[in-house]
Amino acid sequence: MAAKLPKPDELAAGIDFRPPKTGWMDTPVELKEGMFCWGAKEKNLKAVSFPNARDWSPKEKDWKLPENWQRIVLEGMADRLQKYRSFKLFMDICVRCGACADKCHFFIGSGDPKNMPVLRAELMRSIYRREFTKAGRIMGSIAGARELTLDVLKEWWYYFYQCTECRRCSVFCPYGIDTAEITMMGRELTNLLGLNIDWIAGPVANCYMKGNHLGLEPHTITSSVEFFLDDIETLTGIRIKPTFNRKGAEILFVTPSGDLFADPGTYTAMGYLMLFHELGLDYTWSTYASEGGNFGFFTSNEMAKRLNSKIYAEAKRLGVKWIIGGECGHMWRVLTQYMDTWNGPADFLEVPKSPITGTVFDNSKSTKMVHIAEFTADIIKHGKLKLDPARNDHLVVTYHDSCNTSRGMGLLEEPRHIIKSVCNNFHEMPDNTIREYTFCCGSGTGLNASENTELRMKGGYPRANAVKYVRDKHGVNMLANICAIDRATLTASMDYWVPGVKVTGVHELVGNALVMKGEKERTTDMRAEPLPGKEGNE
Amino acid sequence: MGSLNLDMGLRDILSEKKPAILKRWFDAIVDTYPANTAEFLKSQQDRFANPVGHAISQGIEEIFDELMAGVDPERVSPFLDNILRVRAVQDFKPAEAVSFIFLLKKAIREEMKNLNGQTLGELPELESGIDELALCAFNVYMKCREDLYTVKANELRNMTSRLLERANIIRPTGGLEPETKEAVIKVKRKEVTE
Repeated sequence: MAAKLPKPDELAAGIDFRPPKTGWMDTPVELKEGMFCWGAKEKNLKAVSFPNARDWSPKEKDWKLPENWQRIVLEGMADRLQKYRSFKLFMDICVRCGACADKCHFFIGSGDPKNMPVLRAELMRSIYRREFTKAGRIMGSIAGARELTLDVLKEWWYYFYQCTECRRCSVFCPYGIDTAEITMMGRELTNLLGLNIDWIAGPVANCYMKGNHLGLEPHTITSSVEFFLDDIETLTGIRIKPTFNRKGAEILFVTPSGDLFADPGTYTAMGYLMLFHELGLDYTWSTYASEGGNFGFFTSNEMAKRLNSKIYAEAKRLGVKWIIGGECGHMWRVLTQYMDTWNGPADFLEVPKSPITGTVFDNSKSTKMVHIAEFTADIIKHGKLKLDPARNDHLVVTYHDSCNTSRGMGLLEEPRHIIKSVCNNFHEMPDNTIREYTFCCGSGTGLNASENTELRMKGGYPRANAVKYVRDKHGVNMLANICAIDRATLTASMDYWVPGVKVTGVHELVGNALVMKGEKERTTDMRAEPLPGKEGNE
Repeated sequence: MGSLNLDMGLRDILSEKKPAILKRWFDAIVDTYPANTAEFLKSQQDRFANPVGHAISQGIEEIFDELMAGVDPERVSPFLDNILRVRAVQDFKPAEAVSFIFLLKKAIREEMKNLNGQTLGELPELESGIDELALCAFNVYMKCREDLYTVKANELRNMTSRLLERANIIRPTGGLEPETKEAVIKVKRKEVTE
């Protein structure tokens, strides 16, 4: 006999999709596929002499931890509380006002309360209280304290690798707590147990051994640039001849290695080559300081310092006067806020002075390194370039402020000045999504892997949502930025959330508009798309 | 599919009660998130600060209007997409992700519990329309997941395509080059200039 057909209410009664109503401390972490990256491989940790190197999987129950792991973590915490006053301060002063809670792109996109910056920090504060404060030791959970168990460690790992250290939350904190620094400490502590992710550990090992994240050897770097030169010659009829490792050049140029191989960053790299050629700049590339980015920064202070040291070392070896750095995000947080005290003072270099305009970059007096957007904006402001913005007329552009260049160094106007000079169609996204309020791409701090695509798409949603708004309102079809990770990852975010919007570096737009001496008539842009009015010519 | 064959009485009541129904529906959807999150999704009105809440509130109104007009899969899919594209990457199982459609039945029933028997008799017609919406939602959800995998595949290809192209392993237009290994060796020896 047929079973009785259930009524809708009866059916619904058996299915409850509502989440459990337990407090955060009593809701154990569940590692969900798509939300985390693979664990660091043994060989990559060994390459930099990191502890507890072994192949492990976050999906397995056994993380192959050393027996005394709790002691290692707590001693590591004690050490850092003493070493970094900011860490101690940030552990103590939060009043849980909630101003930061809804400002994180991962919380907004995922809806997971443990992605509220206040709660993410609380994951660590609860251990701090238990182990380092009297109230926490005596009163336990009443004082917001808890013991460091294996579940807590896994929770740390899961959520500290779900924060891109973008620092948007810190803009809203009345106390100025920088939650990114708490994530940094969380990552340092997990690294004491060999719990890095491989998407960070691999590039770090490569960078340490070969100078760049991709592990490119010198001949690969030069041959890669050669390919760009071929493409530029096809486009313009001009053969550019850059130099590598040239002693006595005035300027050393350092850029993220991603731009040498990953589209669309490659077009940005072509833009640099064309601009420097047109200016007749006395500069050199380096196959040793072949990486501006620094995944050590997502690992530990010490590792970041080790990887950064090659920039000044190479500048000294080549005897240059100063350094220009390419379009990158976290690279610039490292360069402006850490490099000088880690590996400086670079007193063998001179205060950067543009040989074209005579502008002295006083803001880089100490580091001796200038962001290419500052350099180019100055050139354009002085009218030193012949530009044809109409060549970008097929593009309707908006600009995404990278977290690190906007919040980390205040580079807000220069990229906009460049874009407005080389493009006729530019539209800003809404005010609360740009400049210092910019939303992260969702894939920074080494989280740009593919196994965590769901996480990246959630985190990228607030940014994409604002792009979608200007696409629908103004017909925007190009998202410009000055960060290599943005160029690599916003492409995926746009393809998922806002199809039809492509991603570009600012210097690709410059390369398109730049009228070079002796060039042939261009019929396409760098991507071989026909220029406006030249459709059907090729 | 034509418009819903509803008695004018019920149609009037539904349009009169639309704001109340949508509120119940919105609250029920938002309650599938943890309590703190639900509070945020309900209270933050800025569409850029709260894109998920905005997508839900705007989406359900558009979907409700479509339901009244008679469900046309082509017309309603973009509205469903706005909500499901978010849920397809959030921590929902497929059934959980599309279940928000059925919560509309509950919202309508709760809002209409004092109606007389004759009008209530027409509810099954309306609920069939909601079932159709659920089927469309399933298609849209699958499309979102397929898009996600395409995005992953394209990204991996973009990361390595130039390297492989240079090593003569793939042609710019795609496809494998024969004698791949030899080509790689040649590139390493710098015998290949092209």
